[in-house]
Amino acid sequence: MIQIIDLVKSFNGQVVLDGINLEMPQGKITVVIGKSGVGKSVLLKHIVGLLKPNSGKVLIDGVDITFLTGRKLQEMKKRFAVLFQGGALFDSLNVFENIAFPLREKTRLSEAEIKRRILERLEQMNLSPEVGYKFPDQLSGGMKKRVALARAMIQEPEIMFFDEPVTGLDPPMTNTVFHLITKTHQESGYTALVVSHDIPDVFQVADYVAMLHQGRIIAYGTPEEIQHHADPIVQSFIHGEVDFLEA
Amino acid sequence: MDNLLRLWGRWVLSLVQDAGRMILFLFEGLGLAFVPPFRGRRFLQEIQLIGVKSCLIVLLTAAFTGMVLALQGYYTLRKYGSEGALGSAVALSLIREMGPVLTALMVSARAGSAVTAEIGIMRITEQLDALDTMAVNPMQYVVMPKLIAGLVAVPLLTAIFDVTGILGGYLIGVVLLGVSSGTYFSGMVQSVVPLDINGGIVKSLVFGLTIILVACYKGYYTEHGAEGVSRATNQTVVLSAILVLAWDYVLTSFFM
Repeated sequence: MIQIIDLVKSFNGQVVLDGINLEMPQGKITVVIGKSGVGKSVLLKHIVGLLKPNSGKVLIDGVDITFLTGRKLQEMKKRFAVLFQGGALFDSLNVFENIAFPLREKTRLSEAEIKRRILERLEQMNLSPEVGYKFPDQLSGGMKKRVALARAMIQEPEIMFFDEPVTGLDPPMTNTVFHLITKTHQESGYTALVVSHDIPDVFQVADYVAMLHQGRIIAYGTPEEIQHHADPIVQSFIHGEVDFLEA
Repeated sequence: MDNLLRLWGRWVLSLVQDAGRMILFLFEGLGLAFVPPFRGRRFLQEIQLIGVKSCLIVLLTAAFTGMVLALQGYYTLRKYGSEGALGSAVALSLIREMGPVLTALMVSARAGSAVTAEIGIMRITEQLDALDTMAVNPMQYVVMPKLIAGLVAVPLLTAIFDVTGILGGYLIGVVLLGVSSGTYFSGMVQSVVPLDINGGIVKSLVFGLTIILVACYKGYYTEHGAEGVSRATNQTVVLSAILVLAWDYVLTSFFM
């Protein structure tokens, strides 16, 4: 279970997160929606320990990650994996080496076992073994996302974070990525946080949805509850009424 | 006037803050060399990037520098009938001054800018964040091997520069202008003392660490996309050159 309590963050005096309170139940997929630039990725970076808040707590199974440093923080990070918006694949490594990277760094598995696991993950992501020899700049956007997902999944995380997993992808690839998220979640049972503004596509993977607006969570519930939420700001966002939101 | 003073004060404060941050960055980077995992393979990769790939440009610069020194030195010394001192003039200029400084400037232009661009791109494409979330310390994986490689590669490149420069001077002084080979080398052996060589080594160590530190620091704190990477790369080359020349003055006055 992940709990965020009264999280506040500002940059150069501009408040981005203004007292966030949110719970992400164990084994469920929680989706945080909100317009671009509202602070969704900033929220995610606090949960994975990349940013420190001005105040507030991020509890992962009762442990406040904002106070962890050194080895304890590293141990906590071994429990989760992140799918970054652009994939964040290492340019200098080919696909095979990219996926092997966390295993080579964190485990003492033999190269034969690493290769076996990589081939398994490539197959899971509908990628052929030949893709393993390509470098990230030779891959399409959808392939990059799937390779990044394979790299994340090979770590067998307890908690998965997805930062805008389908941004910039065409509709068939969007469905493929969401299908892979659902499939891997069913197989592994991880707790997940998805940050996205892709409405309504993202509802297909969500167990719970939270809407972030002006630094606060203004709505929380199941996808159905959110779709029928009374708040006009939520309704405007879901229906893409940009002018109203800007006002 | 009040505003001007305030602006000036703010600029000085930010400069001091930046220098402090850079020193802390250096200590953190070097300190991680003593914490496992030791990253031997990464160190060798960086030696290849910073050292081996800079060899050609260092060889070319050194050869022409030695040739020019011999040419200028020969005609100046001939006026006083001291052509025999050509070898020592070329060697002392190279070992004390030109070798460490020009090697550092060349490495900064070639490898320093490449290091900033590489780390800067890793920053803006979230590759450094990805390392962090995989429980791999980006300072230890990316920065530390580069700092150590700079510390090792630049003195070695400086030695290559010195030897190549002396051979370039030989080509012009002895082969082309007719100074005797024995005079060229014996003058050198007599005039170059261990302090000259030690001074050159200390300079190259300091320069090597400085240029790679600036390159890593500027890359690590790159902001604002591709334009930010371009700006950081530019700042690396300019700041490294200024710091190398400033250090050169300080160290020269120390060794004189």
